[in-house]
Amino acid sequence: MNHNYFTEKDVERLEEQAVQIRKDIISMIHKAKAGHPGGSLSAVEIVTALYFHILNIDPQNPDWPDRDRFVLSKGHACPVVYSALARRGFFDVKHLDTLREYGSILQGHPDMHKCPGFDMSTGSLGNGLSTAVGMALSARLHHQDYMTYVLLGDGEIQEGLVWEAAMAASHHGLKNLIAIVDCNGVQINGWTNDIMRVEPIADKWRAFGWNVVETNGHNMKDVLTAFHTARTMRHNTVILARTVKGRGVSFMEDDCAWHGAAPDEEQMVQAIAEIGEGGVV
Amino acid sequence: MGKTLATRMAFGEELLKIAETRDDFVVCNADTKTCGLDKFRTYFPEREFSVGIAEQNMIATAAGLAACGNKVYAATFAVFASMRACEQVRTFVCHTNLNVTIVGTHTGLQVGGDGATHAAIEDVAIMRSFPNMTIVQPADAIAARKIAQASVDFVGPLYIRLHRNAVPDVYDESYTFEFGKASIPLDNGKDMSMIVSGILLKKALEAAEILKKEGIGVTVIDMSTIKPLDEAAVIRAAKETGAVMTIEDHNIIGGLGSAVAEVLGEHCPVPFKRIGIQDRFGESGDPELIYRAHGMDVDSIAAAARELIARK
Repeated sequence: MNHNYFTEKDVERLEEQAVQIRKDIISMIHKAKAGHPGGSLSAVEIVTALYFHILNIDPQNPDWPDRDRFVLSKGHACPVVYSALARRGFFDVKHLDTLREYGSILQGHPDMHKCPGFDMSTGSLGNGLSTAVGMALSARLHHQDYMTYVLLGDGEIQEGLVWEAAMAASHHGLKNLIAIVDCNGVQINGWTNDIMRVEPIADKWRAFGWNVVETNGHNMKDVLTAFHTARTMRHNTVILARTVKGRGVSFMEDDCAWHGAAPDEEQMVQAIAEIGEGGVV
Repeated sequence: MGKTLATRMAFGEELLKIAETRDDFVVCNADTKTCGLDKFRTYFPEREFSVGIAEQNMIATAAGLAACGNKVYAATFAVFASMRACEQVRTFVCHTNLNVTIVGTHTGLQVGGDGATHAAIEDVAIMRSFPNMTIVQPADAIAARKIAQASVDFVGPLYIRLHRNAVPDVYDESYTFEFGKASIPLDNGKDMSMIVSGILLKKALEAAEILKKEGIGVTVIDMSTIKPLDEAAVIRAAKETGAVMTIEDHNIIGGLGSAVAEVLGEHCPVPFKRIGIQDRFGESGDPELIYRAHGMDVDSIAAAARELIARK
């Protein structure tokens, strides 16, 4: 797999994969009767690009020491990663029916010891970037050339620890670290900029010494280009992916009520039908 | 009386010495003068990671380093390790069960001058409530060195509780440390047991000698590992001596005293007394005066022991 470049065929393949992952998210959360569809759906293109094109990983050997690392700092969006891992072959897709069940490898928030492919347990917001800094430092210490990727939410960056970690990444010159902020603009109780204004996000990251790449987070070609750009920067880089919460399901889009709610039977059928018909931006 | 050195400094010196021959661990610092490990950078710059005054980031970064197979030491004041970075310790070190050793210094009332904000009186209670966490506390500089040596090969979340000011050695080089095992530095008889953790061991030993002159035989137990507690040693002490006192430089709520009480309550209830901080915050001043105000000086310990034995 070429982790930098992509062809039109790659884009088509990834867009098809994204449709499958969106459907999985809806059916998983419906079956579990709980979960976080909004922030999972907004991150589908980002996660699909990572797991099916960008990340240097081996589903047969999830603990391979030289693998690229990925930290899902916005841990509540785990359904999108669970689906990607299953579809990528890290575990049988039948596990997707067990989300949040007792004894399941798919905990309500991800557990690195229960679910193959997770490099860090997350769920408590604001911590993932710090753990990713540790992983990037370790790569440098041991002269390993893996990259560390971390996905944050735009509401999540209200947590102060994010900025401690952002400062540290620049201070230590971590050119092997790429952060992605899923800027869907909505958090559990409303618009992010009404609850606690996070804009101007790009200026904040730049002030902390990061390269900033902005992209449409739902256009696969743009997402791949952003990753390509970030990887060639040789500097800690953040991708601000402009997204829509609940993307792909009309009644979930831009609605904070779907941050953490499960669709009923009728809503699930409608959502999956819409996802099947949906194209790209 | 042997040499005097703070447990924190002895631990840091020993770890620096170990690092000369072993390169399989790294150190994270958060810009404090805690235990001499700020010097780690000078000698081993590749293996030291400084995060500035940012304890939460230090612990979560340590977790990331440990998730990649590194043994990590993260050193700061115990108040910050157990409270400022409490959730990072709980969720990203203990829940993940990663190989991070948290070195917490400036514990108990012995901190003295710096006062309440810097004196950790509740750190053991907090750390003890986290699944997967192991907690150890040396009684003197010799024990601190032995714990440093043992800690390098320990795997999993570990909290090492250290004191700020110099204390006289109670042990000599023959002292051995084993995780989870209590030791008996003094056996003067079977009238009662004193179970001690940390630097107050010295006071317990002195109180036991005073009581010996009065014909009271005290067995003194060093509970250098607070979690997992050596329950067998607690039960044996209760059965053999019929009265148990705990002594610690920590709030009487949630620390060694509570841990021992839990075991006694379930297995072998006997007359019991907790010596420790009287559920009040620390304050500035001569530590010996503050200890006296909390009934933690030698005379108060001896007096409490007499009262305890009278209840048998």
